[in-house]
Amino acid sequence: MLKRRIIPCLDIRNGRTVKGVNFVGLKDAGDPVELAKLYASRGADELVFLDITATIENRHTLISLVERIAAEINIPFTVGGGINSLEDVGHLLKAGADKITINSAAVRRPELITEIAGEFGSQCVVVAIDTDVINNDWVVVVDGGRTPVKLRTIDWAIKVEKLGAGEILLTSMKHDGTKKGFSLEITAEVSRHVNIPVIASGGAGKKEHFRDVFFNTSCSAALAASIFHFGEVDIKELKEYLFNEQTAVRL
Amino acid sequence: MIAIIKYNAGNIRSVQNAITRLGYESVITDDREEMLNAEKVILPGVGEAGSAMKYLREKELDKLIVSLTQPVLGICLGLQLMCRYSEEGDTQCMKIFDTDVRLFPRVDKVPHMGWNNFFSLKGELFKGVSARDNVYYVHSYYPEISSCTTAVCDYILPFSAGMKKDNFYATQFHPEKSALVGEQILKNFLEL
Repeated sequence: MLKRRIIPCLDIRNGRTVKGVNFVGLKDAGDPVELAKLYASRGADELVFLDITATIENRHTLISLVERIAAEINIPFTVGGGINSLEDVGHLLKAGADKITINSAAVRRPELITEIAGEFGSQCVVVAIDTDVINNDWVVVVDGGRTPVKLRTIDWAIKVEKLGAGEILLTSMKHDGTKKGFSLEITAEVSRHVNIPVIASGGAGKKEHFRDVFFNTSCSAALAASIFHFGEVDIKELKEYLFNEQTAVRL
Repeated sequence: MIAIIKYNAGNIRSVQNAITRLGYESVITDDREEMLNAEKVILPGVGEAGSAMKYLREKELDKLIVSLTQPVLGICLGLQLMCRYSEEGDTQCMKIFDTDVRLFPRVDKVPHMGWNNFFSLKGELFKGVSARDNVYYVHSYYPEISSCTTAVCDYILPFSAGMKKDNFYATQFHPEKSALVGEQILKNFLEL
């Protein structure tokens, strides 16, 4: 049986993790590779690295970081942040990333999805969709959730699948940072309307939230950052809990 | 020396990284001599069957691969190119394995992406690996079950997760991305 995936997300600034916590056995909490190795050893199914600075000057730093991650990590990983062109994607995949994720750039220029899928295959294109409730409707927001665009979330999800996306990373900005659980509503809705895997994101605060999103929606994976980062939830314990709650996970 | 065949497919570097982690030396190459003289040869790959096969034909690498006598491992697209025919791009492949590659019917999410287990494990490649273990898959086309099948995975329908014929081995999943279980399988191949 195909397993539901648990995906820690690491925010990267200038090649370093943002707000690193000193876990036991971690030599350098600011080193993304050290943290990634720790997560992988605890049973993370995949990793996502988001470069939150993503300036031209930092590109070189990101590429060498991706090369180091690829050399040391034995699970798949996705890289995102500031990707605007086919050329950016080529550099990251060549450095060893398995997938890339694009967000605002895809909203601005949807053909970019088709271009990347055509050149490198759909399997490496994760389209990130940030969504929020505005006037009682789930719509797409860009620029880190600040700017709504005239696009219904469901319509955009269906469109990105048609354009060649291999996976959707769906973040509810309404839930992000609240630690009150994932949005079951929009996650279920998007998962039902597309035939590609959907990663639920935004709102994870405790183990039960993962059970709820897997139990109530057909999402393929759930992503979280701070609860793993600050050691509030241990990935191994989370997966054992989900297993006991009858969720198909890899132990 | 392990030769990793260089062609127009992605994910080649990941395979080399995994081999390096296991302490083996490898070279990414499309040089005939280097391939013929290698102890083991790996045909990796993520990509599209039609264009990959066209590239191998143009470089006459297809004939070379079929003629190899040392252990050869095909991974993912590499496995599919070693089959008879693929529905992807209506492609005639290398015909090492007597089976065809078909598109998954869309009754569940496609691609089949993520961790899945396998069963009916046979042969040296799966030494120390059990049906409880999970490996990482990413594919929209699947190889049918045949007499070459050495591992079965069930997603939408049962398909070959592993295959073997003579000196040719293949996995539909990515051992290089499958954590410790994948490392064990690669190690088994490298120790053949």
